[in-house]
Amino acid sequence: MNLRRDVFQAIADPTRRAILLLVASQSMTAGAIASNFDTARPTVSKHLQILTECELLQQEQSGREIYYHINAKKMKEVAEFIEPFRNMWDQRFNKLESIMKKYKSR
Amino acid sequence: MEQKTKIHAEDNRQELMITREFDLPLELLFRAYAEAKIVEQWMGTKVLKLENKKHGSYQFETTDPKGNKHVFHGVIHEFSPEKRIIRTFEMENTPFPTQLEFLEFEKLGDDTSKLTMHVIYRSVADRDQLLKLPFAQGINMAHNRLQDTANKLK
Repeated sequence: MNLRRDVFQAIADPTRRAILLLVASQSMTAGAIASNFDTARPTVSKHLQILTECELLQQEQSGREIYYHINAKKMKEVAEFIEPFRNMWDQRFNKLESIMKKYKSR
Repeated sequence: MEQKTKIHAEDNRQELMITREFDLPLELLFRAYAEAKIVEQWMGTKVLKLENKKHGSYQFETTDPKGNKHVFHGVIHEFSPEKRIIRTFEMENTPFPTQLEFLEFEKLGDDTSKLTMHVIYRSVADRDQLLKLPFAQGINMAHNRLQDTANKLK
């Protein structure tokens, strides 16, 4: 299993989440992103590579520069991943509530 | 419809918290957990065993739409009526390790109550995998529906 491509593994890292927040406001080059962190440049590059591999970031060539921008579709998918789990419990508890209301009226 | 269930799952923690407020008196909320025939109704499961006492155990069996049977079981560590249940939970014949559950029942008003489920997993990875299970199943179901539709078109 290639853990590095696991999108949830990717967002578990605080630096990578900071990168996503940064790039969310505007497309940026690797250099501009790295200048926001104290971390060594190669480390930031590694993070960018991981985020790109799992499709949270997309690269765009503009002249000689490569800009990174957010893949909104993928981000949405990730933000909502906990929703089916919550929904499963919500439905279960709704059922509990409606069944018990019948006991109440007896 | 308003969604009243909340999940709190912090990154890199092997636990999560499920909270829910009910328009039910505490007594009725607790009965939904204590009486086998009621558990069967809302959990959609068959209760094979439910011993509500310290050192007691439980065993539930569900049948999925394909007719496969899934068995869940656990041991009860504490059973304090209208207050608390502490128990373990394990899905049989799956790679998921046993989890530990603390269920706290609280009275909010005469007709309202709250349940807090604190679930502890063996590892962060186990928790995350379990959290993703309904997500993954949702994707699979969508795939299957697509496949069914596609097959009908043939």
